[in-house]
Amino acid sequence: MKKNLKNKVALIIAVLLVFTYGIIGIPSGVSGKALLEAIGNRIHLGLDLQGGAHLILQVEVQEAINADTDNTVARVQQDLRTANINFSQVVKPQPLTRDNTGKYSGKPGLLEIDGVAQANSNAVRSLLESKYSNEFDVAGGTDTPFTLTMKPLVEKTLEDKTVQQAIETINDRVNSLGVSEPKVAPYNLGANQILVELPGISDLERVKSIINSTARLEIHAVEGTPYPNEAAATAALGGSVPPDVMLAHFAGLNAGGNADSVYVLKRVAVVSGTDFRSADPGTDSNTGQRTVRFTLTNEAGERFYDYTSKNVNTSMAILMGGSVREVANIESPIHDSGEIRGTFSQEEVQDLSKLLRTGALPASLDYLEDRTVGASLGADSVKEGVTAAIVGVLVVMAFMLFYYRGSGINANLALFLNLIILLGFMGFSKSTLTLPGIAGVILTIGMGVDSNVLIFERIREEIRAGKAASAAVDQGFAHAWVTIVDTHVTTIVSAAILFLFGSGPVKGFAVTLTFGLAANLFTAVYVSRVIFDAHLNKLKSGEMVSI
Amino acid sequence: MELFHGVNIDWLGKKWYFLGFSLIFSVAGIISMGMHWSQIGSPVPLGVDFRGGTEVQVQFRQTPDVAAIRAATMAAGIKDASVVIYDVPSTNQVLISLPEQSNESSLDAGRQQIVDALQSHYGNPFSVRNVQVVGPTVGHQLEAQALKATLLSMAGMLVYLWFRFQLIYGVAAVVACFHDTLITIGAFALLNRELSLTVIAAILTLVGYSMNDTIVVFDRIRENLALSRKETLPDVVNRSINQTLSRTVLTSGLTFLTVLSLYIFGGQVLKGFSLALVIGILIGTYSSIAVASPMLVAWQEWRGKGKAVSLPAAKRPRA
Repeated sequence: MKKNLKNKVALIIAVLLVFTYGIIGIPSGVSGKALLEAIGNRIHLGLDLQGGAHLILQVEVQEAINADTDNTVARVQQDLRTANINFSQVVKPQPLTRDNTGKYSGKPGLLEIDGVAQANSNAVRSLLESKYSNEFDVAGGTDTPFTLTMKPLVEKTLEDKTVQQAIETINDRVNSLGVSEPKVAPYNLGANQILVELPGISDLERVKSIINSTARLEIHAVEGTPYPNEAAATAALGGSVPPDVMLAHFAGLNAGGNADSVYVLKRVAVVSGTDFRSADPGTDSNTGQRTVRFTLTNEAGERFYDYTSKNVNTSMAILMGGSVREVANIESPIHDSGEIRGTFSQEEVQDLSKLLRTGALPASLDYLEDRTVGASLGADSVKEGVTAAIVGVLVVMAFMLFYYRGSGINANLALFLNLIILLGFMGFSKSTLTLPGIAGVILTIGMGVDSNVLIFERIREEIRAGKAASAAVDQGFAHAWVTIVDTHVTTIVSAAILFLFGSGPVKGFAVTLTFGLAANLFTAVYVSRVIFDAHLNKLKSGEMVSI
Repeated sequence: MELFHGVNIDWLGKKWYFLGFSLIFSVAGIISMGMHWSQIGSPVPLGVDFRGGTEVQVQFRQTPDVAAIRAATMAAGIKDASVVIYDVPSTNQVLISLPEQSNESSLDAGRQQIVDALQSHYGNPFSVRNVQVVGPTVGHQLEAQALKATLLSMAGMLVYLWFRFQLIYGVAAVVACFHDTLITIGAFALLNRELSLTVIAAILTLVGYSMNDTIVVFDRIRENLALSRKETLPDVVNRSINQTLSRTVLTSGLTFLTVLSLYIFGGQVLKGFSLALVIGILIGTYSSIAVASPMLVAWQEWRGKGKAVSLPAAKRPRA
């Protein structure tokens, strides 16, 4: 009984063409070079095959919360003064601190208002509740001082926003390096981490300095004169650092050769980070020195004007990454644009402007992990992986021909189509091919051929039991189908778990394995069947399949 | 051509040999893991993914001398640098590692220190092929993730098999997988090979693969149970194994050949990965015959005291 195979064959050829397109798109020519180029456009190579840098950064979101509550401290003080209520101080009783392993501790979201007279208690409470209860939980006031605690939901939103902002800023900065296809993305859900992948970059130092150096940019009011070291400064403050000031070291270049200077600064920044709107390199008209001109946002500009009007002839310090970069005297009120003078080199001025322009990072970044794969290692890996794959394919094909004779051709055709579909899938879905991914392809070859072996062995059994050719083929496929589904599903399940838990290269492995096995379900069963049927059509009655 | 025609081996009869074989390898592995634990604090040497630290892969123009390299790092003031041969003499590559630092920012400096030390104190021209700097946070995260993934995998398999067959089939298969994982990791301990993230991926894959194998045998057992009411369970199991032997050996053989090709030609980066697969495939095949099947029979005997074929007829396959 001859089956009508024309439709099925057409389907298979259509699939072949579609997935070949997935691999090479529409190539510009048929030469080897053009084809390789076309493949390169469609299939992306992972960092371990291309060479490049991979970084995982931790965003210290606590700093952003800290900065936000610093602002709140200033606003609360302002509000209480405007309402003519006496108080001794508004502080953070557990300020954010960092030990020397880099771990943060303290509760930056907790504010305390001290020294409120009992009589004013109600007034203060209604003031706090009317203005701050959206973001903070108000407590205390009767026996204990008033406290404002940032609501957990607000904290979480602020953390997410900080990470998002960091990603955008890093993206901008990294793009300016001219890397093709950089990747900056959140990593490890909920842990406030960022993944940065830069193919082709081998000099990490410049990348890191671009990404990380300007952690936070702030302007603080300076109190008094600088001291030679922290001990002297602390002594001058009366033995311990009061909660409303902080100490910072001078890290600028225009120091008069002094060993170190420690400044006492007001803890709350006048303007910081996101208040800066733009920055450009410039030159001082008087001295010809290189400068950086900056502008602030409108709202920040008003605050700055307010502050500078009240504080003419005092000093303010410009901090970058927690170190004092420049100290300037306020000669007259400044609105929203200013100039940072210092002994900068050309590159420093440009980098500084770029950093200010792309918006200062809202919080500092720590490196958790970085890996660089050199381009030569990448190229070697590609060569080795592909060699292993080719050897694997040839060995399997040779064996199938030898052991199953005519049907071996069947299996090999199915295998070939399997690989085309697999690679086509990768091209269409823009998945990344990694070195373990190539291993996944090799494993697919081995496991894919398993399905054929299952079917063929069953057919042999049926033939031994005396069935005719087409009945044997029928039974072989029918019985093997169940087992094929079971085995493929279990392997795909472990591949799925690998995909969820694995890092980049391992994800690549899970992807190729899954695609390969899915494709196998089609080729080993449907395509093999069609080829068998075509062969059966040609058999004379009584003849047996070659298996 | 046909290799396994009319085979009739009494597999279950040999179960004590199999048990002995498995025990020897398991115990050897466990002892080796114990020794490693007392020496380095983990059962198997851990790759830089897990232990954290800095690892620099350096390729030299001339054959590198490990002692000289170590001296060079000491001369530059670097303590605790470990120098390990990666691929000598074919490509003259060496791995230089610094241990985990508790402070993530000092990890980074380590890489530059190593490069500087080599430049100033060791005259062999070199190029840096690969650098990995892993902070303690990531290292611990990865450990937790790898463990979770492995356990989840096995749990998933158990559920799937429970659904398609019966619970005892699932348990027997999971025990076989556990056995395979134990022996493979034991082999890594015995051979003193590092466990990295890709090796964990290989182990998860061989869990899936071992399941595959076991399922093929179980499928046949299920089919035969449905057909035959008079045979004893051990006979059915034996027959099923013999019937699927051809397929089992062939597939494992073919997959083994492809993975062997990977081990030989696939380069150094994947060595750990391909080694895990090479061992895993062999053991996975072995365990379907020698561990999972006897377990089925043993459970039934313990439960039914030798009654005839009475594994609750596994659910009809929904094809």
